[in-house]
Amino acid sequence: MQAWRVDVLVRSEHPDPAGGAAKRALAAAGVEGIEEVRCRRGYLLAAALSESQVREFTRAVLCDPVLDQFVVHAPGAADPQPLPRTHQVVVKPRAGVTDPVAHSVQKALGDMGLPVVETGTYRVFDVRAAADATPIEGRQLLNAARRALANDVVQEVLLDHLPARLPGAAGAADLGVHPIPLAHLGKDGLEKLSADGGLALDGEEMLAIQAHFAAAGRAPMRMELETLAQTWSEHCKHKTLTGRVRFEDGAAGGQSKVIDNLLRSTIAHVTRTLDRDFCVSVFVDNAGIIKFDDEDSVCIKVETHNRPSAIEPFGGAGTGVGGVIRDVLGTGLGARPIANTDVFCFAPPDLGAANVPQGCLSPLSVMKGVVAGVRDYGNPMGIPTVNGSVHFDENFVGNPLVYVGNIGILPTARAHKKPRAGNKIVALGGRTGRDGIHGATFSSLELHTESETTSSGAVQIGDPITERKAMDAVMRCADEDLFDAITDCGAGGFSSAIGEMAEELGAEVELQHAPLKYQGLAPWEVWISEAQERMVLAVPPDKLERLLTVCREEACEATVLGTFTDSGRLVVRHAGVVHADLDLKFLHKGLPVRERQAKYQPKQLREPALPAETDLRGALLAVMGDYGICSKEWIVRQYDHEVQAASAGKPLCGVREDGPSDAAVLAPKLGSRRGVVLANGLNPRYSHIDPAAMAECSLDEAMRNLVAAGGDPDYTAVLDNYCWGSTKDPLAFGDLVRATDALCALAITYRTPFVSGKDSLHNEFRTEGRTIRIPGCILVTAMSVIDDVTRTLTTDFKRADSLLVLVGLTKDELGGSVYYKTKGQLGANAPRVDHELGKNVLRGCHAAIAAGCALAAHDLSEGGVGAAVLEMAIGGRRGARVDLDAMPTTGALDATRRLFSESQSRILMEIDKHRLKDLQTHLGSAPFAVIGEVTDAPGVTFVAGGKTVAEVAIADAERAWKAPLDLDGTLLQEVRS
Amino acid sequence: MSSPRALILRAPGINCERETHHAFARAGAAPEYVHVGQLLADPGQLDRFSILAVPGGFAYGDDISSGRVLAQELRAGLGERLLQFVDRGGLALGICNGFQVLVRLGLLPCTRHKLDEEVTLTHNLSNHYECRWVTLRTQKSRCVFLPEGLTLRWPAAHGEGRLMAKDKAMQQTLVDEGYAALLYVDAAGRPTEHYPDNPNGSPLAIAGLTNTSGRVLGMMPHPDRSYLPTHMPQWRRTLLEQGALPEDGDGMVVFREMVKAAKAEG
Repeated sequence: MQAWRVDVLVRSEHPDPAGGAAKRALAAAGVEGIEEVRCRRGYLLAAALSESQVREFTRAVLCDPVLDQFVVHAPGAADPQPLPRTHQVVVKPRAGVTDPVAHSVQKALGDMGLPVVETGTYRVFDVRAAADATPIEGRQLLNAARRALANDVVQEVLLDHLPARLPGAAGAADLGVHPIPLAHLGKDGLEKLSADGGLALDGEEMLAIQAHFAAAGRAPMRMELETLAQTWSEHCKHKTLTGRVRFEDGAAGGQSKVIDNLLRSTIAHVTRTLDRDFCVSVFVDNAGIIKFDDEDSVCIKVETHNRPSAIEPFGGAGTGVGGVIRDVLGTGLGARPIANTDVFCFAPPDLGAANVPQGCLSPLSVMKGVVAGVRDYGNPMGIPTVNGSVHFDENFVGNPLVYVGNIGILPTARAHKKPRAGNKIVALGGRTGRDGIHGATFSSLELHTESETTSSGAVQIGDPITERKAMDAVMRCADEDLFDAITDCGAGGFSSAIGEMAEELGAEVELQHAPLKYQGLAPWEVWISEAQERMVLAVPPDKLERLLTVCREEACEATVLGTFTDSGRLVVRHAGVVHADLDLKFLHKGLPVRERQAKYQPKQLREPALPAETDLRGALLAVMGDYGICSKEWIVRQYDHEVQAASAGKPLCGVREDGPSDAAVLAPKLGSRRGVVLANGLNPRYSHIDPAAMAECSLDEAMRNLVAAGGDPDYTAVLDNYCWGSTKDPLAFGDLVRATDALCALAITYRTPFVSGKDSLHNEFRTEGRTIRIPGCILVTAMSVIDDVTRTLTTDFKRADSLLVLVGLTKDELGGSVYYKTKGQLGANAPRVDHELGKNVLRGCHAAIAAGCALAAHDLSEGGVGAAVLEMAIGGRRGARVDLDAMPTTGALDATRRLFSESQSRILMEIDKHRLKDLQTHLGSAPFAVIGEVTDAPGVTFVAGGKTVAEVAIADAERAWKAPLDLDGTLLQEVRS
Repeated sequence: MSSPRALILRAPGINCERETHHAFARAGAAPEYVHVGQLLADPGQLDRFSILAVPGGFAYGDDISSGRVLAQELRAGLGERLLQFVDRGGLALGICNGFQVLVRLGLLPCTRHKLDEEVTLTHNLSNHYECRWVTLRTQKSRCVFLPEGLTLRWPAAHGEGRLMAKDKAMQQTLVDEGYAALLYVDAAGRPTEHYPDNPNGSPLAIAGLTNTSGRVLGMMPHPDRSYLPTHMPQWRRTLLEQGALPEDGDGMVVFREMVKAAKAEG
């Protein structure tokens, strides 16, 4: 369709930050000789507008009258002559990709009383070569721009060719029913059919489907097969962890056992056994719910969005955030999201191109894309991102992990939902498009070199404002009690959302009512599309009109798709033609029990023999500069952590607000001091030694972080989020079984119920004849409810002359430590948790902190005592003197081990001298010692054996700690000694 | 005296309405949410309020540019009524995205009593969004309710906060003639153009503006996220040094003084 083209650009006398950023990005991508880049914002407006209308609209809306100028090109006009030495790089959305700006342009046209015509957008970067440089080669620039200026999966990059037309009308939709005969196929044939169709069903599952339809005397229709594939996907059913496991334990002399339903007999067993009274709803809803106060509850959910983020980090991470927000919004009868938490695992940003396999994005671009994706979804939603961590390991190169979490608040009386027969099925929020077809099944396959090109249909693009409108509408409808049940459209789209709500009932769906982004979608595509920002509600008929009115007022599209029935069948029609008629019992209970072999085999590892270091200053600075430990301020500042005005403990702390915090503290009910403390724990590196150590340490670290910040370990719920390389390989699955046993045993001692969890079990990357497998990870997220947020702490030193008290025991546990990592070693002595000691430390420290004994507290984790003291010193801009000999230890340890051992269950506190006795009373039986004092000195001195073993200026520590991820070059401007 | 009624504007993408509502209620106003659709359907209801607040957020996704689409909608739907609202004694507050909306609307600085866009709020020099606490100094300004000479810490959280007038002379006029009510200052209390104390590179350190009559105030940093004592990033040090927390955080002064002025207006 012919269109007007309007280019808007900042006048040359003003700075153009977008152009400047593009120049830096292109230079970083290897384009040399650029003098300047200027950015133009381009708009396409359908030719139906007159030139005067286009100019009037541009002046009023598209152009900033203070800064900008604009150029209008008539429909069909030739491209203007390029400027000398200048290439035009054009970035535009690919056909069918959501373009929210184009929709806003249409809205503004309407607001001005102009015809609401088709619109489109694009960007142009005018890249000018320096006069004395060789001209920039077009092909090289195009390739660099694809990586540096665009998301190639969703955006098209053109060189020296401006878009002149709007996307044409889509082709007609294939409305056929497409029966798929199975009866003639053997197991091999069925497996091939599943693989070719991207269904991710195995042979046993296909045989069960074949038998079911043979009994029904017909072939399944395509939509039915797709529905089964979505519903039975690993993502939706967790069929590996709920299946049967034959486990052989190499650490217990080859003892073997059969575990029926691993999840139920371990994780869920902990929760059942503990039976804590603050649990309101666990494992049955989108998120786990615990009591907050007499009226309200808080709910929490964490999940992963690894696959989409590996292919397209920005869109993948953004829609991950959007998805978990909808999970919480759809919890109970609607919870209001109050905070985001995000944890990432990447390959080190300096991995080097030679170590990045073909088909993988560079770790740095993955990290930048993921952070930008979280920022550009979380911030516009108005939900603060309050907490997180980032971990680095080479084996994440093909499979970065993106954990996204959200907390919500809801009245306890509205914590349970139940759809009823006769309820109307209402879809609200975004429209359905072809985005995200086969996402659920895609996440259940392994990635390989071609994934980037073959799986791009599974990538989803987010539109946070559409989700915000849906959230505003749902919150108002919840306040007015207008629905009986709600859930989000996540993996599997309508098929999963409606299929799950209808499980105990039945449903009749008229799919032609579903609002579409564009025409041309087959009914099965509409049914399983994972287009974002959609919720499904069960609405009593007498409340329907009011609900539709509220949605209209909130500018949120809402549509009746059908009715819940009591037929036990899921019937989907499109314009009167039946495309699916499934027995809900078979859909939800017909999945054959999966059986897997698992074997744990202890790894044969040794402790390294390293030369003794007499001066540990260099080692300390190396540890502070490790990617895992270093400052994450570059990330934190891009997230809004203040919106909603609930923040009482921020991600950064200290006199200059740049020190690390252990946990987030929120007071979500404005004006009340009752609060939530949120923390997490993960250390993938321990998994290379012993998965049990990794699992225990995740829980212990989450609890230490939480307690150090003021959380109550006796009023804490936890979440388990598994990311594993493979479960098909018995040895990898054996690691998972061992890790789970260790995690659950500790959770019983700590009395922390699991309230929600997720698993992502296929994280390996096949390339060039080798397979890269991630280290097994269980992220533990811990959430505590406390009476008064003014009883919480930060990590930064507060006053000179106060005492440093170390609680807990230090052992010879450098295995998997950052210290060993900086020496290129792994080691063998990974930290393990002494259950009773850990419990006493957590409870003792909490009692002391709640009683106001401590001025600051910091958990000891990666980098041990050395990193913790330096971090507290950076935050408080105060020095310290630490006597390593005073540390309570198990066995004799040298200074290096005292400084860097990562033994668990240790918390370092800053105490007023006069409160020592008090502290002792509260700590009870937890071992502790005064190991030094806070000083006015500009540095930290570590002493052992009567000698100084390290002396580090705070400014030097700060420089080492901030430099690795100072990606804008802004963090170190302020370093003053 | 009865509580002044405050209209808390809602719109798709506005997301700071709850805290703005609570801060006004805490200051003794009677806040009410009004969705932009409701307001435009019955523009006369504006006359029932003595305060209009446009909260922060990402109205309409900040598509095209920040605040642009909502400003256009309000201009088309309310236009001169907004000037009349202020002329007859109404007060208006725009925070962050709300400030961007008021600037695009021409309600700030409004030096010629016309809804013209005289200044803009554009991309931070860093070219990205950033959330950090900044220090502000209230100026001797036209603003009828904001006291001068206060040093305040509020969080800034924006990607488009660099306040640019058409030319340097106009930028200077904003400072010299009492339109620039709030400036970013450094640790020594001096107005600064330097990152990070000035997070966006605003020339002459301008963080907030008032209008000619001093009845409209807008600012990029958030008083609505700093009005409780536990909002303040250094509250633990305050507690240690003073033994107790103060009644208010630094942002509360805006709401208290605005409500006081609205009451005085009757």
